[in-house]
Amino acid sequence: MSKTDKMIIASGKKKNSAANTAMTVFVYVVCILIAILCIFPFWAMIVNATRSSAEIQQRAVALIPSSNLMQNYKVLQKYESSGFRPLIGFKNSMIISTLATVCSVYFSTLTAYAIVVYDWKLKRAFFSFVMAVMMVPGQIVVVGFYQMIFKVHLNNTFLPFIIPAIAAPSMVFFMKQYMEPSLSLEIVQSARIDGAKEFFTFNMIALPIMKPAIATQAIFSFVSNWNQLFLPLILLKGDKRTMPVMVSLLKGDIYRTEYGSIYLGLTLTVLPLFIVYFALSKYIIAGVALGSVKG
Amino acid sequence: MKKKGFSYAKWGYIFSIPFVVVFCLAMLYPIMYTLVIGFTEYRGALPTLKALSDPFKNYKTVLSEELFRRSLKTTFSIWLWNFIPQIGLALILAAWFTDDHLKLKGKGFFKVVFYMPNIITAATIALLFSSLFQFPKGVINDILLEFKMIDEAYNFAVDPKITKGVISFIQFWMWFGYTMIVLISGILGISPDIFEAADIDGANGFQKFVFVTLPNIKTIMLYTLVTSMIGGLQMFDIPHLYSDGGPNNATRTAAKHIYAKGFSGAYLYDEASAASVILFIIIIILSAILFFLMRDKDAAILEKQKRQMEKKYRQEYKAQVAAQKAKLAELEKEAK
Repeated sequence: MSKTDKMIIASGKKKNSAANTAMTVFVYVVCILIAILCIFPFWAMIVNATRSSAEIQQRAVALIPSSNLMQNYKVLQKYESSGFRPLIGFKNSMIISTLATVCSVYFSTLTAYAIVVYDWKLKRAFFSFVMAVMMVPGQIVVVGFYQMIFKVHLNNTFLPFIIPAIAAPSMVFFMKQYMEPSLSLEIVQSARIDGAKEFFTFNMIALPIMKPAIATQAIFSFVSNWNQLFLPLILLKGDKRTMPVMVSLLKGDIYRTEYGSIYLGLTLTVLPLFIVYFALSKYIIAGVALGSVKG
Repeated sequence: MKKKGFSYAKWGYIFSIPFVVVFCLAMLYPIMYTLVIGFTEYRGALPTLKALSDPFKNYKTVLSEELFRRSLKTTFSIWLWNFIPQIGLALILAAWFTDDHLKLKGKGFFKVVFYMPNIITAATIALLFSSLFQFPKGVINDILLEFKMIDEAYNFAVDPKITKGVISFIQFWMWFGYTMIVLISGILGISPDIFEAADIDGANGFQKFVFVTLPNIKTIMLYTLVTSMIGGLQMFDIPHLYSDGGPNNATRTAAKHIYAKGFSGAYLYDEASAASVILFIIIIILSAILFFLMRDKDAAILEKQKRQMEKKYRQEYKAQVAAQKAKLAELEKEAK
């Protein structure tokens, strides 16, 4: 390489790096603006939850919290007759989401185990079937499901949200994709030689190996169960309402002028999600990425 | 594969029983039931199934309703106006986040923040935005007044276009982070060799993005498009709680229409069923079209060739076995 060649390359690099720096700054600015756009509504919500309705009337935007939190909470309590009881909603959502998640991950792993470990005649057909029903939109089931639940008098109970979680096609698909490379059939084989029963092998050997996949899927299952609105809205009444159904009550007329209390009510309903999210954000982000590649 | 042992096959069936039973009870039966209800008369607070002289009566009623047809259009346009900016922004961000030349720091932080709206209850977000857009004293009105973008507080809730726009924006805001992470993982899955080859050929960043990245994440983009569409066409939470389908039914989506028919005091379960079956068929057709348009043609051909080869080998193998059997029989005969 001649000297001039080298110089040309060097100057090119310099120009490139200057352009790169400008680009980097631009990217940072855009990203920070979008980040503000993502945080701001929640920030406004939390700050306004601590401000009185009069303060909000005067100026709706504030960056610093005020001292009206307790009063706002008292207002919320005063209107408990409207049905908005965040603690009960929290308890109900907790019960439904936890049990539904346990059902989903356990039985999806079991179904995936059936597909990965055993050779049975209908295996391929069964797996294709699971893939096909993955795409079925939930809306098609609603009317029939609602009528069925009423016929067997399970409305206003939590069972219609927990039992169906056992059949979660997309989770079966994910578990199967994860299990295939990570569970070696030799281990299953040697467990059999040691005299382990099939069910025991699944519980004691397959489940622990699947722990990372189970953790990711559990988070997503929990959150999506927690956030469900349509079915709980039509099936649960009174003290059986879940958190999102409680939220929908905040729309009522009695809250129309209680600005601070509405913000506080909204904050209360998402507080558990924020805690879960910031504690587990690393796994959640990794889970989204993993799910997309596998799915 | 052969190590699994034949006698264990029954466990495959046993372990898939819970899934199959619950699927039949909680999905198959309700789907069938919905179909049946759609072809009968089934309404009122205590409904009973009554046969119709014209089984398609509910479908005809639903399809002839201007409100339903409009709700389908509304659903689609709200979805489209959220999806186009969503995939656009997600692609740009994904390209930046995977570009080593930019040496971006704090990617983890940005990912966590961008994904955050997706995990929060849609019901809460809908009410939060309706509080933010409040009239006359609301956060958005205050900001717009502060920056002199409007002269006096604006009542957003009575403007159909703005209400639709805000709902599209909320959907976009909730989902662009998810799409971004999905696309990033897709881009990271592309073999670095291809990028190196493009570098050697002297491609610049933009060219690499258009000619290397985009074609290689086609499948993942299809996946995003289809899942977003299936979810978007069933949109309910936000139109229901942000604007209650209004103003003047401008944000009444198909799911909101089904809800209004069946579950908010009208008790028209038969027509609600017909409407959900129509929505279901539309979703299936659109997904099929998308899959067909964007299917991986090379992979399909490969798969076909593979299957043909397998078939050929199987036939050859069978022929060989038959020949050997014949030979064996002959030998046995000779031995006798």
